[in-house]
Amino acid sequence: MTAPTDQHPKFAQYAHPERLVSTQWVAEHAGDEDVVVVESDEDVLLYETGHVPGAVKIDWHTELNDPVTRDYVDGEGFARLMSAKGISRDTTVVVYGDKSNWWAAYALWVFELFGHEDVRLMDGGRAQWLAEGRETVTEAPAPAATEYPVVERDDASIRAFLPEVRDSIGRLPLIDVRSPDEYTGRRTHMPDYPEEGAMRGGHIPTAHSVPWARAAAEDGTFKEAEELRGIYQEELGLEPGQDVIAYCRIGERSSHTWFVLKYLLGFGSVRNYDGSWTEWGNAVRVPIARGEEPGEAVAA
Amino acid sequence: MLENADLPESLREIAEDFASMPKPERLQLLLEFSKGLPALPERLQDHPELLEPVPECQSPIFLLTEVDDDGTVHLHFSAPPEAPTTRGFAGILHEGLDGAPAETVLAVPADLALRLSLSEAVSPLRLNGMSGMLARIQRQVSEKSAALAG
Repeated sequence: MTAPTDQHPKFAQYAHPERLVSTQWVAEHAGDEDVVVVESDEDVLLYETGHVPGAVKIDWHTELNDPVTRDYVDGEGFARLMSAKGISRDTTVVVYGDKSNWWAAYALWVFELFGHEDVRLMDGGRAQWLAEGRETVTEAPAPAATEYPVVERDDASIRAFLPEVRDSIGRLPLIDVRSPDEYTGRRTHMPDYPEEGAMRGGHIPTAHSVPWARAAAEDGTFKEAEELRGIYQEELGLEPGQDVIAYCRIGERSSHTWFVLKYLLGFGSVRNYDGSWTEWGNAVRVPIARGEEPGEAVAA
Repeated sequence: MLENADLPESLREIAEDFASMPKPERLQLLLEFSKGLPALPERLQDHPELLEPVPECQSPIFLLTEVDDDGTVHLHFSAPPEAPTTRGFAGILHEGLDGAPAETVLAVPADLALRLSLSEAVSPLRLNGMSGMLARIQRQVSEKSAALAG
């Protein structure tokens, strides 16, 4: 039994309205038996300061990443995590978080690597919930363990690796969602994130610059479908039938854009390059373009 | 040899407190430090330009050290409530080092953040923020002590 789709009129304009819920929907359904609300933040302590009643926490650094290899947990690790959070394979999972849902979108993307069928974002994230003066609690739920199946991670359909990205230059549209200074190469890291820097600055040749925040309204909710089409389809000329690859610095901001393209605009094949600039900008002999222009594809 | 024997006593006690508790409770203790971080004194509230930013932290934080004529160090931090992890790091440094002599502050090992049993609960990447704060505190104290001596 799947939880009902949010009938909010704004969502009806999107390609997949079933992937987004409002704060009001969460207030009404957070307690449903087949719904688990998940908070996923950049700040590891925010959840502890108060969260949506009944929500569990999933931390990207400590729970979704493999602790040794730069990769995500494997099927067994994911099954253990889901079991501990009280999530079954048919649970409707609703994710929300800080920073306009960057980390929430990232968590959702990881859920999809394991083919979890029904996972949604709460539009506006944590900030929206708080701005509306909704209830928060500090008690963490202690869910009963579930039997979550061990599912092999499917990296092929929504995840891109460096060699594939390299082969895509000049063939597929690439979207760089970082800040303009990171794109041009003036900065080798994001303002305030020097530890996630790179040896070289610039962007992958031919990549279009569309900072992730262009998809978000000022309050952190997603822009209306028509505005989004204006940016990605009219301005960039992308078509929903095309394969697209998005990247940023470590893959979290591009998860936000990945969500927009795939579920709000209905692009059939969108991949997130999670290695992103912290891999590309440190790799030896990969092509780099500097400045405001996307740059040319050079023959390999 | 006593573990963390090269830490000042106050920081050693904090390290022992963290080490002695299970992982989820370590985050709760960090949250206590976050809540316990004192607000900026009034005389500094209107002078943000006196405070130094710490870009190693993923959330905005500013700090200022003051060194008395007798070498006593005072630490001041400014960080928003929506950055509780960063506030928690600042709270540890405040509790551990505020009121300590300059030489004690300067002798704190640079890998302090990694000795608090927080790597698993918080992640090493996030702990870089605390190392950045400590490095800036030590540089400021070193400069200000030298100015006093001169």
